Amino acid sequence: MKLKKKIPVIDQADKLGFWGGKFGGNFCAETLKKPIEDLEMLFNKLKNNKNFINERDKYFKDWIGVPTRLIKLNNLTKHVGGAQIWSKVVSDANGGAHKIYNATVHCLLAKKAGKKFIIGDTGAGYAGKMLSMSAKKFGLKCKIFMGAKDIKRQQPNVKAIKKNGAQVIPVYSGSQTLVDAVSECMRYWVANCDTTHMAVGSTVGPSIFVRICGWSTSQISRELYIQLQNEFGSIPKKLKLYNCVGGGSSSFGFWNEFMDYDKKQVEFIGVEAGGPAKSKKHAAPLTYGSKIGILHGAAQYVNQNNDGQIEETESISAGLDYPGVSPLHCFLKDVKRARYTAATDEDALKAFKLVTKYENLRPSLEPSHAFSVAINDAKKLSKNTIVVVNSCGDAYKDKAILEKKLGKKYVKFN
Amino acid sequence: MSNLINFAFKKAKQESRPALLTYIVAGDNSKKNSLKILKSISKYTDILELGVPHNALVADGNQIQTSAYRAIKNGIKLKDIFYIVKEFKKREHLKPIILMGYYNMVYQYGENRFLSMCKKVGVDGLILVDLPWPENKAFANKCKKKSIYFIQLLSPTTTKKRLKKIINDSHPMNYFISMLSTTGGKLKTSPREILMNYNKIKKINSRINTVIGFGITEKTIKSLKKADGLVVGSAICKEITNSIKKRQNPVINVTNVVRRLKNKIK
Repeated sequence: MKLKKKIPVIDQADKLGFWGGKFGGNFCAETLKKPIEDLEMLFNKLKNNKNFINERDKYFKDWIGVPTRLIKLNNLTKHVGGAQIWSKVVSDANGGAHKIYNATVHCLLAKKAGKKFIIGDTGAGYAGKMLSMSAKKFGLKCKIFMGAKDIKRQQPNVKAIKKNGAQVIPVYSGSQTLVDAVSECMRYWVANCDTTHMAVGSTVGPSIFVRICGWSTSQISRELYIQLQNEFGSIPKKLKLYNCVGGGSSSFGFWNEFMDYDKKQVEFIGVEAGGPAKSKKHAAPLTYGSKIGILHGAAQYVNQNNDGQIEETESISAGLDYPGVSPLHCFLKDVKRARYTAATDEDALKAFKLVTKYENLRPSLEPSHAFSVAINDAKKLSKNTIVVVNSCGDAYKDKAILEKKLGKKYVKFN
Repeated sequence: MSNLINFAFKKAKQESRPALLTYIVAGDNSKKNSLKILKSISKYTDILELGVPHNALVADGNQIQTSAYRAIKNGIKLKDIFYIVKEFKKREHLKPIILMGYYNMVYQYGENRFLSMCKKVGVDGLILVDLPWPENKAFANKCKKKSIYFIQLLSPTTTKKRLKKIINDSHPMNYFISMLSTTGGKLKTSPREILMNYNKIKKINSRINTVIGFGITEKTIKSLKKADGLVVGSAICKEITNSIKKRQNPVINVTNVVRRLKNKIK
């Protein structure tokens, strides 16, 4: 298994859609073979088409508002003492999170395919919010599948989805979280694939969805590459990129442009959700050595029992609360390009407190996991090491959880 | 490659009727009842499908999902499912049984070990919903070596070019999905159109027994009588759910449904 240079990672899968010969693929119902093949053909044609790229860039610029800021966290750096801590404030993007890139591209593709309806899954509610926003923008009718537990804990995003005119379909099966929302969304697509485009909310699902999402979020690292050069004159000699990993869409996008660098120069650190410190449940299949299994159409490391039943996860952050992980990250782990670790619920809350105390930045619970590990590592690193954390979502959606866990005085929301 | 499934189709043809295939989820609503249901309905059913429940199913509708979750909650494991088949076959060794499920179950158990167990307990065929062609080629070959049919699914969305390729690699039985739907959806395509699509498939190779499934109930079964076989699943799972709700005996109720289904296609 080898990571090739000069070929985008999304294009390194084999004919059947497997990265490294074993991650990904298309484990789907026969009914979906044709719609998936159609989407593959469309995407392969458009992703190198200049007009389409211009169109994408126009929407990214005028509507999403790229580039998002790269800022130095001076106070936090001073407090921690060690490496320089920076943040790429991806939550600046329209809607407040990185999910907008994938949502916009999917709507563009749906329009090109002549589809009038679009469906998507969501955990934290950002993928749903962004898809509903984009659907509205592009004149598509939209349905969002969301676990009943997530509907309860991410109300601000649920309200936003409804406000955008999309229908929220609550999913009551299983653990009532993201894993069940994705299953339900795929089932709906099986029955309606002739009229409806499906947007999988992360770099998961049958390989085409992994590729589309990775291609879309890579916008983040394209910007970062330019911003780092502007800031330092060249890519720093010691650069460490921290990102939370649930499905893995923001982290992949945050790293993609730096893939060919030696990891001694540009290191990738993925932070999974370790769950509550006292609980055995977690959402960190890469960190805790879960076995390879099939989930939502793709082979990946996934939390499961001996019989192949998918195990329930537990995490304070709905966006990371997923038993599997992108085939791209399984691949990056096995070729040792990225390293993965986990932060607990408590770690994430502590990091949120610290970041909001010292900086005018409000990372949601998902990136707070990444901040936790970055802050711990930064203490031990030299001053010329540049640590960048992707603050990929805003904490407004977590208002209720944060108030409950930390008390109202910690959490000021406008 | 001859096996009990072929004899079942032959027998139905001699009686000028389609074969009746019934699907229940193993362990629904208990291990014991699954075995009782199989024994009881085998009098009317030609081929028994036994579902291996999975908790991340992506092609099944509400009824089968409900049954699957119920079975998992009751603690059903693969070893129990093999036990059910073994016990059933002790008495009804000529009645064919097909296991139907998702690939992860096989993958975790190990393909070779899974097939050895199937052979040992008397499984005659396998349907893996999320292992389509060409991904299924290697596994289908392994099945062939054990004389177990690997039954492939064909859909209204399958292109003609693809149909030919799949059928070319087919074992003697295929499964045609009547419409764009998960299992148990309401029949939204007319029987005439379904049979038209079905005939296109049969034209490519008429010798392969092809059954129709999805959306088949007591109401609709008669209209599709011309097929080699018809599968009823969700309607039966629903009957189990209703029986539990009404505190009635699911074995008796399911048997009654299956008997009525059989009478409609006689």
